[in-house]
Amino acid sequence: MQVEVLYFASLREQVGRGQETLELDSDLDLEALWALLVRRHPALSGFPRPLAACDREYATWDRKLRGVREVAFLPPVSGG
Amino acid sequence: MSVLVRVQAEPIDLAGLLAFVQAPSLGGVAVFLGTVRDHHAGRAVVRLEYEAYPEMAEAEMRKIAEEARARFHVARVAVAHRTGPLAIGETSVAVAVGSEHRKEALEGCRYVIDTLKRTAPIWKREVYGDGAAWIEGEG
Repeated sequence: MQVEVLYFASLREQVGRGQETLELDSDLDLEALWALLVRRHPALSGFPRPLAACDREYATWDRKLRGVREVAFLPPVSGG
Repeated sequence: MSVLVRVQAEPIDLAGLLAFVQAPSLGGVAVFLGTVRDHHAGRAVVRLEYEAYPEMAEAEMRKIAEEARARFHVARVAVAHRTGPLAIGETSVAVAVGSEHRKEALEGCRYVIDTLKRTAPIWKREVYGDGAAWIEGEG
């Protein structure tokens, strides 16, 4: 299945882009996806594990990708 | 329609937010404005740059506004947050809450800004005279 992966703020800078489309197994959970992304983007390896969102809602790390179209990785927020 | 939410590059239209939360049946309006400060942790700040995940930030802000309505029985909530570069003194975030009485308006307003700062996917980058840094976590 195709999933849009989004990166924001310092994560976006580390990855060097804000978005990529990946072909992924729907049985993968977010923890496994993050591990895969750290291998793909070694700059992420020093990064504390960020927050994650699926289809624009916060999600826990055991969330499976099945049915998800957009996954975002979010550094701790600092709006206001 | 009782909730207005905006994530926007343009300056915040405070008069528009106030008009949205005012009504003949509502006796109190509380407002919080977040303003770009010229220093942080002893360091001079030249400007701020805000980045948002706009679709999710609007969804979170809408959720927070609806929670405020349910928990504090406020009638109307308007909340706007800027993105992009902001100069010192500009308004980065505005919350306006209208209710029958002042107590709920003040409590609801505080709930919205405090929760927004913890959960809305928005980030600030501080620009100094000699560099810049992402701020991570609530300031």
